[in-house]
Formats: sequence, structure tokens, C-alpha cells
Amino acid sequence: MNHFLIAPVVLPALVAPFIIMVVRHHMDLTRIFSLASTVLLLAISLVLAAQASTGEVQVYELGNWSAPFGIVLVLDRLSAMMVLLTSVLALIINLYVIGSGWDKRGANFHALFQFQLMGIIGAFLTGDAFNLFVFFEVLLIASYGLMIHSGGTRRFQAGVQYVVYNLLGSTLFLFALGTLYSVTGTLNMADLAVRVAEIPAEDTALLRVGAVMLLLVFAIKAAVIPLHFWLPASYANAPLPVAALFAIMTKVGAYAILRMYTLVFGPDLGTTEGLAGAWLMPAALVTLMIGAIGILGSYRIGRLVAFGAITSMGTLLTAIALFSPESVAAALYYTLHSTLAAAFLFLVADLISERQGIEITAQRLMPQSGLIAVLFFTGAIAMAGMPPLSGFLGKLLVLDAARDHGMVWWIWGTILIGSLITILGMARAGSLLFWKSHSIPVAPSAETSQQPYEEEANEQDDTAERSAPAALPFVACFALLSGLILLTIFAGPASHYAEATAAQLFAPEIYIEAVLGKVTP
Amino acid sequence: MSMTFLNIEFLVASAVGLLTAAGIYLILRRRTFPVILGLSLLTYGVNIFLFASGRLMVNAPPILNKYAEVPYTDPLPQALVLTAIVISFGMTAVVVMIALAAYLSARDDKIDMPHHPEDEGEDA
Repeated sequence: MNHFLIAPVVLPALVAPFIIMVVRHHMDLTRIFSLASTVLLLAISLVLAAQASTGEVQVYELGNWSAPFGIVLVLDRLSAMMVLLTSVLALIINLYVIGSGWDKRGANFHALFQFQLMGIIGAFLTGDAFNLFVFFEVLLIASYGLMIHSGGTRRFQAGVQYVVYNLLGSTLFLFALGTLYSVTGTLNMADLAVRVAEIPAEDTALLRVGAVMLLLVFAIKAAVIPLHFWLPASYANAPLPVAALFAIMTKVGAYAILRMYTLVFGPDLGTTEGLAGAWLMPAALVTLMIGAIGILGSYRIGRLVAFGAITSMGTLLTAIALFSPESVAAALYYTLHSTLAAAFLFLVADLISERQGIEITAQRLMPQSGLIAVLFFTGAIAMAGMPPLSGFLGKLLVLDAARDHGMVWWIWGTILIGSLITILGMARAGSLLFWKSHSIPVAPSAETSQQPYEEEANEQDDTAERSAPAALPFVACFALLSGLILLTIFAGPASHYAEATAAQLFAPEIYIEAVLGKVTP
Repeated sequence: MSMTFLNIEFLVASAVGLLTAAGIYLILRRRTFPVILGLSLLTYGVNIFLFASGRLMVNAPPILNKYAEVPYTDPLPQALVLTAIVISFGMTAVVVMIALAAYLSARDDKIDMPHHPEDEGEDA
């Protein structure tokens, strides 16, 4: 048994309490430990990704209890890819948070951050449905803390909505798991797959109810219309670097859909045949459209990017709902891209809102306006899926995968029109923020915002005195940007990996055999 | 199992149904306090439901007996319920604290957010 497999869960689980109990009062030590843990996490997930890329499915049995009885962690290509994506994102956001001083504005940021990583990575690695619930709760309870980090009326109010919505989702998750357990008598995913396939079609009424409830739960996490209402308010009112980390949280929902509806309720399974695809496809297309319209209608920078995240979830779930190996490969490539792009735009949005508040209005020129404008412009290109960045390739792969589908014109139309509206919305916001502000006289106005006003000449000093290493936020932004560029340059290898991952997902026998250690009937 | 009307299945099923119905009614209210009560009722409902997912047995321990063929009840749902109780208890505590913070800071416990708030000085 490869003990390395549990390391990415154990590491943050140990570092977080250490930070709370030992180094809580020393900001520098807290930062050092948090950053070191995140770097180590990245190293671990690189090794895991290298191990998984051989195509072997590794299983870690907790407490050495064998598969259907104990909890297992399973590492396949999909898990390894998602863990790697999480740890890359975590390192960059950690740098940004330290650089911008967000972690000083409330208590225990880094401990919650580590717990959040533990939950996300655990959810990606677990091979047990109830354990998936537990890791969901771990990541959610940490996210509640992060969401209301540094406080404020609106943030608390949005926090209440966010927590209530997710508690409802958790309750529904438990109902779904209870239903599945009462029919199959197991919660191990591989064992579920075996038992579900054995149940005769006429006895599957409860099973189908369970499958639909599970889909609803994951749709809440993935912010699919009409279950998306929690996302705009909570992402826009959370600290924006935290929202950047949350960009991976919606992907946990997409991951869970992908995992459960290829492994347990697979596309070949008679009882739930086409269930996920038939419901998910229209919902995903509407999600895409609502997200795009939301971008156009946002009057605040946080909401703008939050709706951008919804749009990319729409595109991603459209690809997943096709449930073919090509479309899943496209979805995986798009997952990598859209997580980085959404996080990137959230960080840029934070740079903007730190300088001139959260409203998308023309104000006097902000410090480093030119640099931020370039970053925003690139992020908008990535988000909208225009060439030359990876969003274009991702969308092209999705469009290509939809070619043989019955709803191909709906899919192409929605994705393309959605992209157009996204471009319009981003262009509107960008021109208000960066162009219109040139026409506003530099003379100090009567109504000053929260930020201390400086003359243009001192703009460098201005940021330097507010947050000591002012370069670090930009380093983080450029790291995400270079991630996007690398994803574009190495689109070939990345999409080959995605294709191999999709092939592995559509051959669930390998997974089941690795977990249960026997050939399925 | 007795054939009387008030058997254990009927009682448990109506308990789950009543708790869930009351919970759903309460979470649709506009103020945080009834919503939190509704969430608690929902979690009680789901806990009982989970408990019943291993089939209801009366007077049977959740332990296998290797000396005799005695009836036993499925122990796994009990472990699941225990986990679910702990998690929902913790979550309820968290949501109460956040709701209190929101109430004390906004002087209003409406669950809706105002659309065009006048106070915006918190995002510094």
C-alpha cells in the first residue's frame, strides 16, 4: 500500500491545527508554515500525478480495512489531475493573500485555508460516498469561515445565505445517501457500481430517486440553474482572493457528477440511462446563458466575475452532459482552464476593488492602472474564450465534441452567443474601469472613496506603504496568467492527458477491480 | 411485526415526513431564526431517515452473535447517523453565530439582502 496517497489530506490536516494552536500569534510564522505546507502539497501532488499518469489506479485502505467494509482513497488520473490543480491554485492564492495582506484582516485565515484544502483534496481522492459527504462538510465549514473573513454587514448577510443554502444541500445529500444505502446496502463507490448493475430494472424506483437526489446535490455545488442562487451573492461578497479559491469548489460538484455518473450510474446502465445527460444538458445551457447575461448586467466587479464563473460552469457541464469520451476529455481540459481563468479574474478584481472600491464605474485613475488593465483584458479574453488563450481551445474542443449530438445547434448556438455576450459584458466593464477614468480630471474630488488618495506621481509609493510587498499580488496574478499560457502552449500534452483520463473514466472496470480486487460479473 | 395501525414503520415514516414538512415550511420564512429552526428540524428528519435506511428492527442489538442465530440490526446506519448528528450540530452552531453577527451588524434578521444598500464601507 502506497502511504503517499493519503499525504495530501494528512498534511493540511496537521498543519492547520498546528497553526491554530502553536503559531497563532505570530503572523510571519503562520505565513511561513502555511506557505511551506502549500509548497509541499504541490510537490506531493506532482508525484501523485506522475504516478497516476501511468494509468494504474491506486487504492489506499484506511486502517487496512479491505474495500467494501472500510473507507478507501482512490487515485486515478482524474483525482490526480484535480488534486494537482487544487494545489497549484492554492499556492498562487496563498502568495496573493500574503502579498495583499488579506490574511491580516481577520483571525485564523491560514488555518481555515489549510482545512479548506484538506476538504477539497479529500473529496477528490475518496472512493466512498459517505466519506465524500464528510469531506464536503470539511471543505464547507472551512469555507464558511473564509467567506466571512474580515467581517462586514454585507459579508455576514451573504454568509448566512451561503451557509443555509449549503446546509440544505448537505441534508439532501444525506437523504440521497440513505436512499442509496437502503437499496444497495453499501456506500463504497466501486461496490455501489457492482450492486446497482445487479438490481433488476423493475426494482429500481428508489434507486432512481436516489440518483436524482444525488444529481441535485452535486448541481447545487456546481451552481447549475436553478440551484445557482447561492453563488453570485456569496462569491461577490466573500474576500475576492477567497472567491478565487472557491473557483475550485464548484469544480468539486462537477467532479462528483463526473465520478458518480460514469462509475455508479454509468451511461450504459439501463435503469438510469441518460438520466444525468437528459436533465443536465438543458440546465447547463441555461446556466451558461444566465451567467453571460449576469456578466452584462453586473454593476459590481465581484458579481461580474462570479457570473463569469457561472458561465464557465455552464460550458463545463454542457460538455459533461454529453457523456462521451471526447466530450469528457474536452470538459477536463476546460476544467483546468476555467479554474485558472476564474481565479485569475477574481484576483484582478481584487486588485481593482482594493484601489477604487467594488463598483464598476468610471472613477479617477487608479494606481498601476495600465498594468491592471492589461491583466483584466487578458483575463477577460481567457474567460470569454477568445483566441489566443486556452479558453478558445477548450471551447473549440467542447464544440467539436458536440458535433454528433441531437441538440448540436442548441449547444453551438448557446456557447457562441454566450461567449459574445460575455465579451460585451467584459468590454463594458473594462472600458468603464480603465478608459472612462482617463476622462475624469485628476483634481481631487469632494467625495473620496475608502482608499487614501494620492497624486498619480506617487502611485508606486501609495501601494508600497499600504501593503509591504506590493509586488507579490502581481507575481500571483502573473503566475496564474502563465498557467493559462502554458495550458495553451502545451495544449497537446494536456488534452492527451485529458483523453486518457476520459478513457479511464469510461472503463470503470479498472477502478472497480482496483478497489474490490476482483473482476466484475 | 404486529398488524396494528401504530406499528414502528408507520411511526418512523410519519416522524420523517412531519419533520421534513415542518422544516421545509420554516426554511421558506423570511427571517433567520425560523430558517435555522427549519434547518434543525430537517436534520432531525434526515437523521431518523438515515437510521431507518438499514431497516427497522425491534429488540435487536447491532452486534453479530457467533454463538447463536439471533436477529441483529444493521450497525452501519447507526454510525452514519452519529456522524451526521455531529456534523449537523456543528453546522447549526456555525450558522447561529454567523446569523447573530449579521443581525448585530445590520440590526435586521431578514434573510434577504437589500438590493441597493446605502452602507458600502465594509469592503476596505
